[in-house]
Amino acid sequence: MSLKYITPAERFKKYLPKDYVELVDYGPFGKTQDEAGPGNMGQFKELMEEHPMCSGCWMAYYIRLIFASLPQPEETVTLGTAGCGRLAISQAAVPFIYGNYGDQNAMASGLTRAFRLRFPDKHKDVITIAGDGGTMDIGFSMTMHSWIRGEKFTTIMLDNEVYGNTGGQESGMSPKGAILKMAPLGKKGEKMPATDLAKAAGCVYTVRMSPTNIKKAAKIIRRAIFVAREVGPTFIHAYTSCNIEYSIPTEDVFADAKEKEKTRFQFEEYMTDEAKAVIERVEAEEKAAKRAKKAEVV
Amino acid sequence: MDASQRPQLDKKKADINYILKEAPREQHFITGAQAMAEAVKRANVDMAIAYPITPQSEVMHLVGDIYAQGHIKEYYRAEEELGTMSAIAGAARAGVRLFTATSGPGLLRGLEAIVSWSGHRVPAVLGILTRVVNAPLSIQPDNIEMAYMMHCGAVMLHAENQQDTFDYTLAAFAITEKVDVYIPVAVATEGFFVTHAKGYVDMTADDICLNDFDPVAAPVPAMDNETPPARIQRDAPVQKSNFMSYLIHSVWQQEIWDSNKRAMKYIYEYLGGPIEVQNPEADVFVLGSGCAAAQCREAHRYAQEDGLSVGFVKVKAIRPFPTQEIRDALKNAKAVIVPEHNIIGWLCKEVKAAIPNGGIVVEGPRVYGGMTLPVELIMKEIHTALGLEYDLKL
Ligand code: SF4
Repeated sequence: MSLKYITPAERFKKYLPKDYVELVDYGPFGKTQDEAGPGNMGQFKELMEEHPMCSGCWMAYYIRLIFASLPQPEETVTLGTAGCGRLAISQAAVPFIYGNYGDQNAMASGLTRAFRLRFPDKHKDVITIAGDGGTMDIGFSMTMHSWIRGEKFTTIMLDNEVYGNTGGQESGMSPKGAILKMAPLGKKGEKMPATDLAKAAGCVYTVRMSPTNIKKAAKIIRRAIFVAREVGPTFIHAYTSCNIEYSIPTEDVFADAKEKEKTRFQFEEYMTDEAKAVIERVEAEEKAAKRAKKAEVV
Repeated sequence: MDASQRPQLDKKKADINYILKEAPREQHFITGAQAMAEAVKRANVDMAIAYPITPQSEVMHLVGDIYAQGHIKEYYRAEEELGTMSAIAGAARAGVRLFTATSGPGLLRGLEAIVSWSGHRVPAVLGILTRVVNAPLSIQPDNIEMAYMMHCGAVMLHAENQQDTFDYTLAAFAITEKVDVYIPVAVATEGFFVTHAKGYVDMTADDICLNDFDPVAAPVPAMDNETPPARIQRDAPVQKSNFMSYLIHSVWQQEIWDSNKRAMKYIYEYLGGPIEVQNPEADVFVLGSGCAAAQCREAHRYAQEDGLSVGFVKVKAIRPFPTQEIRDALKNAKAVIVPEHNIIGWLCKEVKAAIPNGGIVVEGPRVYGGMTLPVELIMKEIHTALGLEYDLKL
């Protein structure tokens, strides 16, 4: 229904902004990943194109990747909080709710439950996308409790290990010893063990990663969303460097992300048996559909 | 079991006008907390979210009970008040009818979310069962938190007793959902004095409930991707330029306060107006809201018995504030006594600002921290205003 709703009537197409028509014709609404997923980023119209974030911001890249990976953007609602990320998220062609400081997971709890009440026969994907400050500091209680209550939505933490938007203060996710604003002598405490906390709080699928591999990162995002629909809370802890506050030259951003992959952001994927069953089923279905399509073409 | 799979009670759905004005009623002797929950039961609420700041009231426990009985589709205990109020804001985006209640410190903890409800056009009903906020702490009633609520754009009603609590709460659902209002409505009443005490309440049968919530009849569409017109970035801050951001904020805020004003016609429709006036020709008036109104009413009765020229004004709506109505009611008054259950006298300040001759307002008597308001204190002020002696014996 909603897909039909965003699709313009043929005869009105010529009056609509070209951008919009192209998004519907070539963008990912109603399409498979093969047709319009991240593999085609740049070739097809994306849900998020321009963004107002710093040039070379690794977070902006990953946010684009999230939008390009959505299983059904036409049925997705994103929620966020203050931070650089929301500047981009709010400009994407997917509904976005900007709440109060760090309350994205509490809002998502209400939203997900209300969606299930109103649309019991549909999957409405709800995703919170917030920084390390919003997810693990100011929003910590609301993040943890949404997991403890088993709320069925995906939490994505854009961990740049600093408060980028407010000018570079230490966060709970900054590494120990980092000299940052408000940590003039270096951060005293350890980086918070986010994925361990998520597991302990009941997340059924958690991943920690530095998203250097587009295909793999997209697969993880989709897995998290599919599992959240059916089983319970899912969490992706992704490294998205702040090249401004950590002084990473734009040309070195990727190398830095690669480097972090070997240390603090070593790939770690955890899933419960129930989550695994969903992933295996969905991915087998996708493969079968792909094979069938190939056969059709031949 | 998913909330949507729970069996629904077979209730007759009706219009608010029928429920409030025509449906047969039966008298019950119940607490204010029960009266609020009974109203919620009849409001056909989709979702209630609770946080236990007891013992100010048991409203949200009782709402849990009526959820268990099937009168409400979804209910859960949130992590704390900010989480509760944020979850209400989230659920509202999906287009459902919502209720929660809190008081005192809980209201302040949730205030960051609550103050954004109006701007987000959240059509929710909030029960405020007043309770001490300031140190030294007490768990007794004191309605100072209403002062903090007064500037967030929400419509605010102040119930005098158990009957008001029932009627105002039901009416609140109708008011908040009007397309030309569509901002939250708070129904406040005093913790303990009303919430824990029993009073007579004429109630409609509980197998009749309000018509279903209609998410399409809204000035801003729900975020359900189903409700046209599409609005992709419903709540994103405007980032184009600071100037645009200021401009849009101010235009939007003006619209919120206009929505608040537009609620007045529904306050007339459902509550018979924002104020109640008795003995309009009097020289001296006692004016109050909530529990203080009950004490003013009593003082007015004593004064009548004594043949004194005393009138009574009860203020039902705090927001929109009935400026013109109060001005009209007090146009010939020589003195207005405003007793209150808080130290700062927020109602008194509003009345002073509303009338051209604010100097006639007598500030107080005020009690706070959970004290009751003796009628004798009001009588003393009445006598003083009339130039009479009064032997105050407490
Ligand atoms: S401040 Fe850092 S996180 Fe924010 S946009 Fe710039 S590089 Fe990205």
